[in-house]
Amino acid sequence: MARIVGVDLPRNKRGAISLTYIYGIGRSRAVEILSRAGIDENIKVEDWSDDNVREITSIITNEYKVEGELRSEVQMNIKRLMDIACYRGLRHRKGLPLRGQRTQTNARTRKGKRKTVANKKKVTK
Amino acid sequence: MARSIKKGPYVFHKLLDKVEKVQASAKKSVIKTWSRSSMIIPGMVGLTIAVHNGKTFIPVYVTENMVGHKLGEFAPTRSFKGHSGNRK
Repeated sequence: MARIVGVDLPRNKRGAISLTYIYGIGRSRAVEILSRAGIDENIKVEDWSDDNVREITSIITNEYKVEGELRSEVQMNIKRLMDIACYRGLRHRKGLPLRGQRTQTNARTRKGKRKTVANKKKVTK
Repeated sequence: MARSIKKGPYVFHKLLDKVEKVQASAKKSVIKTWSRSSMIIPGMVGLTIAVHNGKTFIPVYVTENMVGHKLGEFAPTRSFKGHSGNRK
């Protein structure tokens, strides 16, 4: 059973892929952690020994900010921007993109699903 | 690309002179400036700086959290109030 920092890792995947299921660990960090622990990144999670799991857990908990702690840090940064009322903070409040992207079209990631306006005039040729 | 560390933060030299003068005097008067690209430095904390937004001066009270941001970030240049149909 591989349970690291409160996340269940998929057992049938390679170690390097499996570790990316933890928030805050992507491909490069996953590979880095495994090489530091001396485990081949191609070994599947179900084949890890208990010692391997312990080693990986200790590396992650001691050196990286992951999961809840990382999420709260990100939220704190956003809150700080909103509190000082700077441009980026205002954009966060309005739910619009922060980095100068266009908003006449696109920007759907920030704006969410399209809200259709009733009776909006169609452009006629 | 980020600005070179060697140069230090950019602050318009005339604004810097004024900040030092106001900090030295007991009375904290408002400094008007057009220099939106100036960085907020620790020496400005506690002052009110009126930043031009292209039309009027927006008074910005500088707090510690703002250090490292640019003055222009606190004086919005656009005033979108929503479309006519959007009433809430």
